[in-house]
Amino acid sequence: MISNEGTKPIVSKPSFQKDPQQKIKLHKTTASTWMIQAVTISLILITFYTLTHLNTENVKMADAFKGLMMTFNQMFLQPNAGADGFWVLLEALGVSVLLGILTTIIGAVLGFFFAVIASRNLTNAYWGAGIRALMAVVRAIPTILWALIFSIAVGLGPTAAILGLSFHSVAYLTKAYSESIEEIDPAIIDALKVTGCKFWTIVFQAVWPTIIPSLVSWTFIRLEINFANAVAVGAAAGAGGIGYQLFVTSGLSFDFHEVGYIVYMVIIVTLILEFIAVKLRQHYLGK
Amino acid sequence: MKQPKVTAASYLGKKRLVQSGVLALIAGIYAIGCYILQFDTIQGTLSIPKAFAWLAINFMPTQSSMSYLPQIMEKLFDTVLMSIASVVVAAVIAIFFAILGSKVTGINKFMQVLVRGIASFFRNIPLVAWAMILLFSFKQSNFTGFLALLLMTIGFLIRAFMEIIEDEAGEAMMALKATGASYFQVIFQAVIPQIIPSLISWILYMIENNVRDATLVGILTGTGIGFIFDIYYKSFRFDAAGMTVLSIIVVVIGLETLSNQIRKVIL
Amino acid sequence: MLEVKNLAKSYQKDKPALTDISFKIDPGNFVAIIGPSGAGKTTILRSLNQLIKDDAGEILLDGEDIRSANKKELRKLRRQIGMIFQNYNLVERLTVLENVLHGRLGYKSTLAGVIGRYTEEEKREALDLLDKVGLSEFALQRCSELSGGQKQRVGIARALIQHPKVILCDEPIASLDPASAQNVMKLLKELTEEFNIICIANLHQIDLAKEHADQIIGIRHGQMIFNDTADKLSKDAIAELYGTSAAKELA
Repeated sequence: MISNEGTKPIVSKPSFQKDPQQKIKLHKTTASTWMIQAVTISLILITFYTLTHLNTENVKMADAFKGLMMTFNQMFLQPNAGADGFWVLLEALGVSVLLGILTTIIGAVLGFFFAVIASRNLTNAYWGAGIRALMAVVRAIPTILWALIFSIAVGLGPTAAILGLSFHSVAYLTKAYSESIEEIDPAIIDALKVTGCKFWTIVFQAVWPTIIPSLVSWTFIRLEINFANAVAVGAAAGAGGIGYQLFVTSGLSFDFHEVGYIVYMVIIVTLILEFIAVKLRQHYLGK
Repeated sequence: MKQPKVTAASYLGKKRLVQSGVLALIAGIYAIGCYILQFDTIQGTLSIPKAFAWLAINFMPTQSSMSYLPQIMEKLFDTVLMSIASVVVAAVIAIFFAILGSKVTGINKFMQVLVRGIASFFRNIPLVAWAMILLFSFKQSNFTGFLALLLMTIGFLIRAFMEIIEDEAGEAMMALKATGASYFQVIFQAVIPQIIPSLISWILYMIENNVRDATLVGILTGTGIGFIFDIYYKSFRFDAAGMTVLSIIVVVIGLETLSNQIRKVIL
Repeated sequence: MLEVKNLAKSYQKDKPALTDISFKIDPGNFVAIIGPSGAGKTTILRSLNQLIKDDAGEILLDGEDIRSANKKELRKLRRQIGMIFQNYNLVERLTVLENVLHGRLGYKSTLAGVIGRYTEEEKREALDLLDKVGLSEFALQRCSELSGGQKQRVGIARALIQHPKVILCDEPIASLDPASAQNVMKLLKELTEEFNIICIANLHQIDLAKEHADQIIGIRHGQMIFNDTADKLSKDAIAELYGTSAAKELA
């Protein structure tokens, strides 16, 4: 197919006679390029409209940015533990970390079971569709609303925070895990099915070992999110922890030195979590 | 093979030991955590059905809650617009930094480290802190909410875009470099066309995410859908609060479905 | 003529990747570089267009030293050197035609290249080249829709439109099935003669190297231990390159 065309004129002699009037097109419009353009243009138009109609309550921008710089200066360059002191803040930080860990464990355990039931390659379609729809609804409700809803239903406190955070955690991990399960090579499952293994035997002998790396990876991503959410819930739902301290110092006592101190503490924790996540991923990918 | 062979039995035994150890550790952490936080798992679990029963009675929107709908819809619409604007502006800034900082397109080692540092810093400052600091300077306005979401999103998108560039654009980039193309030609002819679908996919994901996060920001800064939920909630108008939650569910799932359809076409 | 003198490179101190590599290649020659994995084949190839910066030596293309070129001169030299990759390295989302035209970027102003504006003359040449490699009917298809062999032929067209003096092929057939591999090798060989260019390919397959190449360079542990015409590559030479057991299997 190639060799018999060897006599045609080539690079050095481009054939200019070829329909000289008509411009040569470089590409044709496909659905994909059309969609990319449509999405990009709509997003830009919406953004333009939003920014030009943004309600700024007549705040003088120059002054506000100057004030912001002053706040940043107090926070990041002159942090101190303020009226609460290091130990109180550390204890509060510990509470938030524990909230993050507990809700991740709950999310991982329940999430795995739901994921197994919801995965298309393991169970029948009805169960899967039902669980997926339920989880989509749970995920659609912001974590903070879950926490607020539970704090009136069971009373303000850690129980409300844990339950509220767990709902989102379970729903998120169910989706993540079941996507990992659905990527498993069907041959692995079939190999055990033909030996007559029971359902949960297949799950723990074939599914579980195969997806451990992505399981661990997703769980730690969720731990980072849960810690961030624990901080948020502490602030907005009064559920305690470092988030509550943050809310009080930045919204009530306006001690931005302490706010900076708290922010640094939170950043240290997130960096440690990120570090562990990266190391674990390397460990499992290395195997 | 100099090492003694590991027998199958001892290997399985060791593996089981490690797995049991990890499980015991996790269970231990859980137990200690429950003790310190005074969380009773059984009581907590039992309270869920009760909570839902309570919700079903109190949060269920009634005929009269329909009158709140126009107000809710207006705020929700504002919130969606604000999320989109914050993500689009963040994306423009983030792609610029991601190109400067990624391992394949980065100018030099110093910039790579600097950009990674900036991204990590912006991403890891709690959203609560951003919202409260900005509230202090910019007062209770949509602009405050917009800025809080923007700063947070920039951190996330820089990291995501850098990973996309490193995963998807390296090979095509090298080929164009080898033809003698200049830096900007390589960026616009190889990198951008190659990564655009993944970029848009991330942008859509962040928009969904920011609609949810905007609720939190709204509660703290008194803007958008979060503000209106907070008002209903604190004034015990639970049916209206329920109506708000329902509207959020519909909008978020709607956005998710739309995003998935768009992704299917462009990928 | 391409002349390499005493080329050397080490990635870590005291661990030379290349030592004292010297060879000459005349236009119209198809040269295969063979040797075990990790011997330094890719390092040689990528030094030739300075995608990898080597440590010492001279690389002369028609008398011009590539190593001492500044950024601008290097861009000019690079457009005379086409390159083909194992994984094709195409911009998969763009069309075949656009990918071929990328070979012209080195000749364009930055702005014209950035917005992807090409002259009609260039487009026609690209179509002619696609005809040449047997892909003219695919011109407006996305590269992601092509097979491996087809993608590699797009890569070849992209290299040819640079009007190169040299084409470097980094494992050009390592990801291809045997039939496509034969096709690509044949095509490269024919084009080398037809355009009177120099073509240098890193290859794993000794049989294909012997079948198609005019000259073979053998590398082991970063040192050149064979450099002669293909028919001179004896069993003993292969044994020296790869070790005896491999030679039995391959020869």
